[in-house]
Amino acid sequence: MALMRVTSPHAHGPLSTQKVMQTVLLATLPGVAALTFYFGFGTVVNIIVACCTAAGAEALALKLRQRPVAFYLRDCSALVTATLLAIALPPYAPWWLLVVGTTFSIIIAKQLYGGLGYNPFNPAMVGYIVLLISFPVEMTSWAAPRGINGTGAPGLLDALRLCFAPASIDAVTMATPLDILKQNTGLLESTLRAENPQFGRWAGLGWEWVNLAFLAGGAWMLYRRIFTWHAPVAMLLSLAIMAALFYDGGSSASTGSPLFHLLSGGTMFGAFFIITDPVSSAVSNRGRLIFGAAIGVLIFLIRSFGNYPDAVAFAVLIMNFAAPLIDYYTQPGTYGHSKPRPD
Amino acid sequence: MFELVEQYPFFAAVLALVILGAAFGALLGYASERFKPEGNSIVEEINAILPQTQCGQCGYPGCRPYAEAIAEGEPINRCPPGGETGIAQLAALLDVEPIPLDAEHGEEAETRMVAYIHEEDCIGCTKCIQACPVDAILGAAKQMHTVISTECTGCDLCVEPCPVDCIEMLGEETTLSTWHWELPSENVDLIATDRDAA
Amino acid sequence: MRKIWDFHGGVHPPENKHQSLGKPINSAGIPPQLTLPLNQHIGAPAEPVVAVGDAVLKGQMIAKPLGLVSVPVHAPTSGTVVAIEDRQVAHPSGLQTRCIVIDTDGTDRWVEHAGLNDYRSLEREALLAHIRQSGIAGMGGAGFPTAVKLGVDPRQKPIETLIINGTECEPYITADDILMRERAAEIIAGVEILQHLIQPAETLLGMEDNKPEGIEAMLAASADKDMEVVVFPTKYPSGGEKQLIEILTGKQVPSGGLPADIGIVCQNVGTAVAIGRAVLRGEPLISRVTTVTGEAVAEPQNFDVLLGTPMRYLLEQAGYTPGRQQRLVMGGPMMGFTVPDPDVPIVKTTNCLLAPTVEELPPPPPAQPCIRCGLCAEACPATLLPQQLYWFARGKEFEKLESHNLFDCIECGACSYACPSNIPLVQYYRASKAEIVQLRRDQAKADHSKTRFEARQDRLQREAEEKEAQRAARKKAAEERARRAAEDGDTAEDPIQAAIARAQAKKAANAAGDQSDAESQRPAIAQMDPAQLAIERAKAARADAGEQSPEDKAQSHLSRLQERLAKSEAKLVASRNAGAEANVIEALEGAIEKLKPKLVEAEQALAAMRAEQSVQDSQPHALKANVEENAGEQADEQSGQKDAAQLAIERAQAARADAAYQSPEDKARANLTRLQDRLAKSEAKLAASREDGAEARVIEALEAAIEKLRPKLSEAEQALAELQAETET
Repeated sequence: MALMRVTSPHAHGPLSTQKVMQTVLLATLPGVAALTFYFGFGTVVNIIVACCTAAGAEALALKLRQRPVAFYLRDCSALVTATLLAIALPPYAPWWLLVVGTTFSIIIAKQLYGGLGYNPFNPAMVGYIVLLISFPVEMTSWAAPRGINGTGAPGLLDALRLCFAPASIDAVTMATPLDILKQNTGLLESTLRAENPQFGRWAGLGWEWVNLAFLAGGAWMLYRRIFTWHAPVAMLLSLAIMAALFYDGGSSASTGSPLFHLLSGGTMFGAFFIITDPVSSAVSNRGRLIFGAAIGVLIFLIRSFGNYPDAVAFAVLIMNFAAPLIDYYTQPGTYGHSKPRPD
Repeated sequence: MFELVEQYPFFAAVLALVILGAAFGALLGYASERFKPEGNSIVEEINAILPQTQCGQCGYPGCRPYAEAIAEGEPINRCPPGGETGIAQLAALLDVEPIPLDAEHGEEAETRMVAYIHEEDCIGCTKCIQACPVDAILGAAKQMHTVISTECTGCDLCVEPCPVDCIEMLGEETTLSTWHWELPSENVDLIATDRDAA
Repeated sequence: MRKIWDFHGGVHPPENKHQSLGKPINSAGIPPQLTLPLNQHIGAPAEPVVAVGDAVLKGQMIAKPLGLVSVPVHAPTSGTVVAIEDRQVAHPSGLQTRCIVIDTDGTDRWVEHAGLNDYRSLEREALLAHIRQSGIAGMGGAGFPTAVKLGVDPRQKPIETLIINGTECEPYITADDILMRERAAEIIAGVEILQHLIQPAETLLGMEDNKPEGIEAMLAASADKDMEVVVFPTKYPSGGEKQLIEILTGKQVPSGGLPADIGIVCQNVGTAVAIGRAVLRGEPLISRVTTVTGEAVAEPQNFDVLLGTPMRYLLEQAGYTPGRQQRLVMGGPMMGFTVPDPDVPIVKTTNCLLAPTVEELPPPPPAQPCIRCGLCAEACPATLLPQQLYWFARGKEFEKLESHNLFDCIECGACSYACPSNIPLVQYYRASKAEIVQLRRDQAKADHSKTRFEARQDRLQREAEEKEAQRAARKKAAEERARRAAEDGDTAEDPIQAAIARAQAKKAANAAGDQSDAESQRPAIAQMDPAQLAIERAKAARADAGEQSPEDKAQSHLSRLQERLAKSEAKLVASRNAGAEANVIEALEGAIEKLKPKLVEAEQALAAMRAEQSVQDSQPHALKANVEENAGEQADEQSGQKDAAQLAIERAQAARADAAYQSPEDKARANLTRLQDRLAKSEAKLAASREDGAEARVIEALEAAIEKLRPKLSEAEQALAELQAETET
């Protein structure tokens, strides 16, 4: 009987791309649960619609590119992109917004560059930015969190109706704490907090718990060694340091406390689910420290001095540009070479 | 003079440009003299890429003449022993698009060839010795000749002059010392998946 | 407690070592036949010193080392040499190599041997020679000749640390572990010899903490010895020489250097045992401990096995039942390679035979795209960037590969193990390394050829100049003499002298005349080097042979033979008429005799091909044309080379035209215009070069090119005409 001839190594580690992607999907659960608790089923509907669109778009693109569809669909990377985009979008976004965003992410930002592993930019963030620039109204109307004005969060049916027939229900939306802080011109921060119940205890009603839930999901992924701690920790630290440097104790020109920045908006979601995307980030651990830290600084700068209230997507895309440069200058010194590489 | 310049800004601009031009011109002129490349370096560089089989398949009597011809604008795709790799290197050096090998000048051999003299047939005519561009054939008149296989470039110029046709070009055999690993095939995933799907 | 360093990266594959540790080392016995490859080590293969039919005794040297980096081979038991031939060996290529095959006689009689009683009083060189003559090569897996490794003279290059490698970090393998458990004393004896040889300041035995029993045994054995057992956490590949050195000393071996450069020598425990036996008992390396394990064997265990034993023999003793998609790995699951056949022999480096089931070590799934996750870089013990290397390897960017230190890769497989996309990374590196080495070799060869070519050109030029100078000198002398003779004609001092001078003058004049005639006839060729001529001839031949069907080739071969026969015969007749030397005539006759059978053969081959062709060919007219042409060619046989060659070319082109699917005429026309273009261009260039007064060489080359183009052009014209005629009919 003929012996099989294969090359070493014959043993293989437990991780596979598919498992990595599935772990990421699982890790979003606490955050999604928190979002659902505070803002209703909008995010769940978002995820469902986006995932269906992504699977379809991916299959179509693969077919057109004459690649085996089932084989590449099985790696779940399209679902991860869709889920991350769906979480980033406001709950109760109309269906066409989801479809346009997801299709753009998958086809333009991912498959046109060559599919998984070849995209220079984070596809979910590209989709997000495209929507933010094209449909600013839909993209900036966040649902009001539970417990404001005595309202509860919409249920699943309401959410579906809001998604597919937006005109039928008048959704309750209101400004997020980041918006309020951004547009504040004359009030002391303490006054602001007193006037706006959305501010919650630290960083926004609901938002603080959503962020903590994403932090928990991220910590679980770290434990599962899906990614290294370098980029998220660097980003959170640099964001906190920037906020601390610029914090003036709550004047009318306040940019917000470090805690406010860490727990509001998409901070934790970005730190653990967006900037840890391996494809478009820096590769070495030192590179990831720089990559993460720069994103932290950019988030703070854009939030405080830019035009948009939240800034994770912009910061990530800007640093995606810089990733190859970072890689170039952070090559590790190889064993047996006392000096760094001379190139 | 200074007043004139002050009065007419146009003169100031022209003057500045002239001064700048003169300064940079002088600098460039100096640099081109000071850092002049030695000899005809591009020919040397091209020649370094050519495989030095001296086989003449390109139509030039040896690799250096072809290198000179390339430097003067001849196509870079006339060297079958250099093959696609050689063309790619030449294209990179000369900053032109790589073009496929000109089939008119022969095809790229898959294995390195070495001339072999069937010694029982050799009549010792020395014709192959005269034809060999790298003096890789050893022998004397009316004595049996042989090829120094480590010096042979596989150009096959000795095959034709032999009056008794006793020279043969043999492919080098793979042995344990010359064998090496191959790159994994790129399409392995597609094939395997098709099998899965079927 | 000694400080232990860590090395970058590493992975923790399942160890699977307990399976084969249940039993003590078992002797595998004497198989009926042993196959001993001549290179079981790195370096030059050994050279047989026995002949087929010789009786050999156990321990007798049967092949001697060839060169410095080589070790001998010894007979593992007594028997008879039955073959010295190429056999398949345990090598990833599955290629064959020269082996000595011994039929064993079962008596296991030793050759006379004795240990060195007092090796400490021996000269260092003598002791090293003894180790070398005992055939010892590194037994950890690489097989580097041990004597060479120990050849570093401590007086010139002091060795601070001797490291004994008992790490055995590869999963499944337990050969070193069981050796340390059972033969600790032998290891210590070997280590003492090593210490005597290289005089290290300290001796460390490095072990992973997954071998508690081995550690205990070694601690007990080394209690009163000058050797420290250092235990460190288990991590693959801590047993790699460079990694072990970093763990134990914190130093890194410089890239491209040897451990000896930083005062360290590393030896495997198995090698230490072999050295001990060789020095103390005089027994050469004829057996080793090999782990046989994997789920396809019923009783995994360690065997003391004779070198040359077929793997199948060993596997059967362990209860091997091959399953579906069975693979047989020599070495461990991380770095071992699959053997082509279970009958290949055990060699000095076979530390493990792994027969896994397909469930145990499933075949690699198809590779997915790299997602740049960086897990490979995390795992790399050499701190390389495997994913970057992977991209460069795929793009064949060899310079980038080298600048990213591809050659520091130890091929441990940790990156492939960690890769979630199942990319066979190590394979890319292995292949790229091989390719770069090949390219370097080619480059060296090209440089060498260039030197030789240039030297030859210089020589030819020098010879031509010398000839010219001689001729000029002779001519001048003759003229001088003639002049003097004329002047002295009246006095007529010596009529004989005058006659000689006249004769010489005449001869010189004739010679000069001949020379100038020849030169005027073929000015280019007279100065051209013969290689140029050969190029032209070869070029023409190639043009004929290129892109031909086998039949055309056979036919051109036939016509070439016919031509040569005709030429030889003509030469023979001429020689006879001219009354040439007997040996020239004999040689020609011999050549003709040799040609005749070849001609017959070629004719037969062609006929056979034609017959085949006629069965397949659905175009009878083409065949007929062929036959007619053939008849014509027969008639023309004696009429000279040109016609036959021309016919062959025409036929080749006709055949090609027949074979072509779309508009052969267009093709021919395109070919013609291209050739015309080229000719016109070349001529223009020639004219330009002449005007510019370019170098003679350039003009010659251009002329030669034009000469070459012309026949091609006429060929093309004819072909076109023929095609047109054909289409008209």
